[in-house]
Amino acid sequence: MSYISLSPKDKKEMLKLIGVSSPQELFDSIPDDIKLNRELKIPKAKTEPEIIEYFNQKAHKNKNSEYLSFQGAGAYPHFIPAAVDYLSSRGEFVSPYTPYQAEVSQGTLQVIFEFQTLMCQLTGMEISNASLYDGASGTAEAVLMANRINRKSKVLIPKTLHPHYREVIQTYTKNLGLDIQEIKYDESGQINLEDLKKHLDEGTCAVLCQSPNYFGVIENADKISSLAHENKALSVVVVTEASSLGLLKPPGEQGADIVTGEAQSFGIPLSFGGPYLGFMACQKEFLRQFPGRISGETQDVDGNQGFVLTLSTREQHIRRERATSNICTNQALCALRATIFLELLGKNGLKQWSWQNLQKANYALGLLKNIKGVKSRFSGKIYNEFVVQTDKDWEEIEKPLMKKKIIPGISLKKYYPELKNCGLVCVTEVTQKKDLDRFAEQFKGILSA
Amino acid sequence: MNLIRERLIFEVSDEGKKGFIFPELDVPENKNLTDSIPVREDIKDFPQVSEVEVVRHFTRLSQANYCIDKGIYPLGSCTMKYNPKINEKVAQFKNFVSAHPHLDPKICQGSLEILNELEDRLTEITGMKAFTFQPSAGAQGELVGMMLIRACLEDRGDPRKFVLIPDSAHGTNPSSAHICGYKVKEIKSNESGTVDLEDLRKNMNQDVAAVMITNPNTLGIFECQIKETAEIVHSQGGLVYMDGANMNALMGICRPGDMGVDVIHLNLHKTFSTPHGGGGPGAGPVGVQQVLQPFLPVPRIKQKGGHFSLDENYPKSIGRVQGFYGHFLVAVKALAYILSLGPDGIKEASETAVLNSNYIRKSLEKEYHLKYKAPTLHECVFSDKYQKKHNISNIDIAKRLIDLKVHPPTMSFPLIVHGALMTEPTETESKADLDLFIDAMKQIDKESKENPDVLKSAPHESYVRRLDETKAAREPKLRWKS
Amino acid sequence: MYPEDFRYTKDHEWVKVEGDKATVGITDFAQNQLGDVVFVELPAPGDELEAHQTLGVVESVKAVSDVYSPISGEVTEVNEGLNDDPEILNQDPHKKGWIIKIKVKDESELEDLMTASEYEKYLEGLDEEE
Repeated sequence: MSYISLSPKDKKEMLKLIGVSSPQELFDSIPDDIKLNRELKIPKAKTEPEIIEYFNQKAHKNKNSEYLSFQGAGAYPHFIPAAVDYLSSRGEFVSPYTPYQAEVSQGTLQVIFEFQTLMCQLTGMEISNASLYDGASGTAEAVLMANRINRKSKVLIPKTLHPHYREVIQTYTKNLGLDIQEIKYDESGQINLEDLKKHLDEGTCAVLCQSPNYFGVIENADKISSLAHENKALSVVVVTEASSLGLLKPPGEQGADIVTGEAQSFGIPLSFGGPYLGFMACQKEFLRQFPGRISGETQDVDGNQGFVLTLSTREQHIRRERATSNICTNQALCALRATIFLELLGKNGLKQWSWQNLQKANYALGLLKNIKGVKSRFSGKIYNEFVVQTDKDWEEIEKPLMKKKIIPGISLKKYYPELKNCGLVCVTEVTQKKDLDRFAEQFKGILSA
Repeated sequence: MNLIRERLIFEVSDEGKKGFIFPELDVPENKNLTDSIPVREDIKDFPQVSEVEVVRHFTRLSQANYCIDKGIYPLGSCTMKYNPKINEKVAQFKNFVSAHPHLDPKICQGSLEILNELEDRLTEITGMKAFTFQPSAGAQGELVGMMLIRACLEDRGDPRKFVLIPDSAHGTNPSSAHICGYKVKEIKSNESGTVDLEDLRKNMNQDVAAVMITNPNTLGIFECQIKETAEIVHSQGGLVYMDGANMNALMGICRPGDMGVDVIHLNLHKTFSTPHGGGGPGAGPVGVQQVLQPFLPVPRIKQKGGHFSLDENYPKSIGRVQGFYGHFLVAVKALAYILSLGPDGIKEASETAVLNSNYIRKSLEKEYHLKYKAPTLHECVFSDKYQKKHNISNIDIAKRLIDLKVHPPTMSFPLIVHGALMTEPTETESKADLDLFIDAMKQIDKESKENPDVLKSAPHESYVRRLDETKAAREPKLRWKS
Repeated sequence: MYPEDFRYTKDHEWVKVEGDKATVGITDFAQNQLGDVVFVELPAPGDELEAHQTLGVVESVKAVSDVYSPISGEVTEVNEGLNDDPEILNQDPHKKGWIIKIKVKDESELEDLMTASEYEKYLEGLDEEE
């Protein structure tokens, strides 16, 4: 398949105007001893029907649609309304570049402006950016931002923050001389406040808090923000399940200085891990240290409302080595999907959605708790994920359940060896009661075997 | 354009309008669940609109965008080539789209195979030995590249302090180096626009970790002394990072791996046709030579007897840079592109990109000043020097191009050319569309002499006219409020 | 155009010396190059500066520029007005748009700087280079 639009006649005319006899002459500036001088060893070109066949074969090797799944942990299965795919596949949204020429990019810029507004409304913060790559790198950016703001180097990170996020923070900060300290969790599954107080002092840069946390437990973000502020530290709240913002008290009303996390739940499919939609919001006073693109409102010469990328002097293409971040792009198309999704659901849809997540997960937890040999591992209140502990190793439950085409959740052994009999179970609005009942039945069957 | 100015959704929202609804709750409802958790009150001013209003809103907004599907988009350094629709289609296959990243490798072999296959194709095209797909964009790819270099040198016991970067480099280069804890030293370009080898020799020593080069450079000029550059750096124990943003000039013609490059990042959304999406998601995979392999991010894909698994057992790895494996769906599109073109098509793409760019260059070299006279490949950088005599700047030229229904080239970059107009048509443009751009530029040059006011007040016929960026920065309004 | 009693640097700063006190700003050429100024990062009174050291940053919509101190000394005053009205730097860079006042530490440093006519010649040279 070729996407060249020149006829042989066109080529001849163009070569003549340039003054060469073949396109190869245009590469004379490349030394001969560097040139490849052989054909690339890649398969011969495929036509469209062959491409479809090729990828069909690959798709068949993925068996995920045969399973009833309860996997969450940073990536959440949610329903996506039909209009989201329909609108976000328009060529005018898919094929333009970053809106640097604002006059011909008002569609993209207004979408971003609406996205920023929605994220402010949901998080209760004053400013939002146009999105970041994903929740994990967004959280790392938030740590870097906190350090730029108060120049302190001790950052307190709870074990209840998603393990991948913690790893990414380590990767990003290891060359910058920060002192990352881990805070334990307690029997409620929340941040251990005593341990936090032990580590907190006026040398603390920031305290991170994920809510709902990796165990699905809702944290007392208000209390944690207060403790941070008492020590002149910043409070960074992380949200990996964005649908929770429809139900829970917004981090902005719980003392957060920076809110960051993952908005994949807003209309972005699981996609085997990407592309996703990181987001960040902060209070006004931190604007100059805020990373990422921002769309701002302004006027044109006729006084009409318009939007432009603004405050670009924070960004890499101008500040170069003094940039607030090296981030060059955002996830515009994913932010578009999220904006369409949120505007379709509206206030009432959002409320209904998050309510169902809360109800179904707690229902499922109730069913599992009633099984002999199963316990709810933590006493804290949950949103749509929870940890169950059984008297068998999680693998011994997972294997037979997989044979019944059920994926019961995620083993915690790898990142929490002390929780090796535990699994993290996620229930969203997509799972029907009959499947929840079936899951509990099968679970029970395996434990009594 | 005769479009109705689209209002913000919040301005058409009203209490009680019905939007999307979910099925009724099918489990017994427990109202007490919210007794002891902090719940929100109302979400103030959150929109309430109907689906009809949402569909019209976004349809009209989309029509206010220029896009590749409408016409030529000659943004230098961005490689705005056509986005094939078959790539979109295969990326929407159910088993790709709905695959959870935590799936047991046994039941997602298809996805793992795709990433593995793309790695094979990219190593062949670039001459590198291995790739990671975790970086979400070129800038993050650069950061990873620099982290790999640092990890490698630290492993040798000497991370060093400096990184050398040409003055023509993209802004992400120095900022990535900085985040890795390096100090940046600028090396000069010579009168041909390429790296000044003497300046490099002067600055290269055992305190320098790496040089970051772009090839062809941001002027579109091939760094013909790249091998010598690599030798100078390697002889002092340093490494060579290549910004692969301009790979579209080289595919099938020469390979970075054969030029002494140790690590490269690619932009799938540039060279490999995946859509820009108005600013993402792209993907910035990083390719390395053997020396840097042990440090690649984990998890990595391992193959054993036709079966693929995920392996984190790389003790020297720099760790994780993304939540999961990178932009999988973008990788699907890039692989579909490579398979669609095959070896002949890939080479033809680069050859035609260079042909189209030189056609524009030759057609406009009388009207527009070219600071550097050296041969250029897939892009070239004009400046507004001639038009400046009539007080017309590159911004005015850009805004007038909008009236003439063409997207402007990249403005004001690279910094070493004052008033730059970096132009890159890519290989997918027809001669008619190239001529449209050329004629528009010629008309503007004429207008700069005969009727400069029409340029200064452009655009006239766009959805909005020239926007006040100063006001946006001095009085930031970053969200709607009731 | 360029006040006779100022001295100028290659990086387009000016300094006006009055006894043992000096005022520093950027030149009209600099503000023109930068475009509309949107933000100025100022040092604090009491900061010690060396000649050629960065004293602050001027940001316009499209560019960022370090401002270097022409001479060494202690900062005595900064132009707070620039925080609210950065456009003063564009409108009146040689008077109302002053950036800092500084105590002169070493008068001999002034000999390294250019006079008004030397600066004007320097600007002409830059123009030709393009």
